[in-house]
Amino acid sequence: MLVFLTRWRRKIGEPIIELCIKLSGFLVVIFVFLIFLFLLKDSLSLFRQYPISRFLFGTAWLPISDPPQFGVVPLLLGSIYVTFWAIFICVPLGVGSAMFIAEVAPRHLKNALKSLVEILASIPSVVLGFLGIIWLAPVLRNTFHLSTGMCGLTGSLLLAFMALPTIISISEDALTSVPKTYREAAFGLGATRWQTLWRIVLPSASSGILAAVMLGIGRVVGETMVVLMVTGNAPVIPRSILQPLRTLTATIAGEMGETVGGSDHYYALFAVGLVLFAITFTINLVADLFLRRARK
Amino acid sequence: MGLRTRISLIITLAFITLSGCGESIDPNEPQGFIQTKGSDTMVNAVQMVAEEFMKEYPHVFVAVTGGGSGVGIASLINKTCDVATASREIKPKEVEMALKRGVNPKEFVVAHDGVAVIVNKNNPVNELTLEDLHRIFTGKATNWKEFGGKDLHIVTLSREVSSGTHMYFKEEVIQLGKKDSKEEFSKETLLLTSSQAIVEEVTGNETALGYLGMGYLSDRTKALRIGRGKGFYAPDVEDVLKKTYPLSRPLFLFTNGEPQGINKLLIGYTLSPMGQRQFKEAGFVPIGATVAQPQQ
Repeated sequence: MLVFLTRWRRKIGEPIIELCIKLSGFLVVIFVFLIFLFLLKDSLSLFRQYPISRFLFGTAWLPISDPPQFGVVPLLLGSIYVTFWAIFICVPLGVGSAMFIAEVAPRHLKNALKSLVEILASIPSVVLGFLGIIWLAPVLRNTFHLSTGMCGLTGSLLLAFMALPTIISISEDALTSVPKTYREAAFGLGATRWQTLWRIVLPSASSGILAAVMLGIGRVVGETMVVLMVTGNAPVIPRSILQPLRTLTATIAGEMGETVGGSDHYYALFAVGLVLFAITFTINLVADLFLRRARK
Repeated sequence: MGLRTRISLIITLAFITLSGCGESIDPNEPQGFIQTKGSDTMVNAVQMVAEEFMKEYPHVFVAVTGGGSGVGIASLINKTCDVATASREIKPKEVEMALKRGVNPKEFVVAHDGVAVIVNKNNPVNELTLEDLHRIFTGKATNWKEFGGKDLHIVTLSREVSSGTHMYFKEEVIQLGKKDSKEEFSKETLLLTSSQAIVEEVTGNETALGYLGMGYLSDRTKALRIGRGKGFYAPDVEDVLKKTYPLSRPLFLFTNGEPQGINKLLIGYTLSPMGQRQFKEAGFVPIGATVAQPQQ
């Protein structure tokens, strides 16, 4: 009986399981493709009535005016500003922490820190947004003598905080997977611990770290709730990070509820979604390329 | 736990559940589910009405959701709510879209509201004219000094475009009631997602100027007296009712066609003295109120 079962499993069971796994893999690809098609279809409906050049290069986002203006430039710049500063803040911090956790910290501290980072990842974004409104915005307003704390920097700081776990965990993996022989060789040549870490381990893990950074950027660009709550959402072309600004994601979240299916405004939000999709897709693609190079 | 106790427990549980079912509902008694959606200005008052209504009719469940008047009207058109709440009139464009989808919006005035303009309690300015507000919110005047305040840049706060209050304010203040006006909110204006967020920012920021429904007034902020013509008026019951307060407006409920069944009950209850009392408690002006009658 047992022999029969084993044989059956090998002959019929395994191909079935294999097929299932293959199918689920394909399904994911198909879903992504369908989402893309869906976004494209609804965006094209906008471009039939509203010229694409005015969408891409328009500098005013006035969706409920008559006639409406759907210029994506202020939103795109808003997203870029917030993302750039968030990354600028969290990459040094994240990579530094990863270096400490992977190379320097003693074993018990290492485990504690790793679980703390995971807890950090589990804080809901709306809670961070709330803290931003109540605490961070007033602090920044008083520190920089701003007219309001609802500005890009508040969003950047909170986003940096949200991207940290991603960057730390992946960078730490990359650092840990550098072969031990590299370190031994470095020590053997008389390098100090710092020299080994800075000159040998870090460069060898660079592709993995770059991938971590790219994934962090992806996380930051796509984050919605925090920026909707704390950046002030003024659709200006930002000149400084200390100004209120409006991002792509906040626009979709803030306005989707009131649009009637099939109106220009509805399609315009899909077009914004397409722009966002293009950005995150590119970032993830680049990250994937780096990760693949890291594995070689 | 022994087998016998387990069985007896199951039987007991079964009896409890069955006896619960045994309490049959009189088929003539109203029962069902009403989804209301829309105005954030009205959401607290409508919630209070709904709670009293559910005490009266225990087998009807009323769900109250905010999001903004635009969200309410859009979901009435998209047929995802039964009763839409709105702090503005329905736009001709929305009626057209509704009719195209076989929805025939029917309007009920349920209360009156004054749009209050609020500042920080440390702000020495006590009154502004409509013209002043117009100049500030369109970005033509940017310093409090001009209006008798401190030498500080004015931070203007607005609700998101899905808000009925936003639409109302835009028509009455930004465009000063002129239908052909093309004026817009200054791009520097912060678009916040809720009336509460405006209260928080004004409470903490001496330079902020915001507007919201009078239901959100509290002693944490200061409501300005608004001038039109000769006098200045505060957003209180009397001046809203007499329409001497320049920013007075009705609040609406909308149903698809003549309301039937439980929807009709809810509308009727809202308009009854019981329902109106809730609106009054939430800080609005009930429709039946008269100026001569002293408020009790």
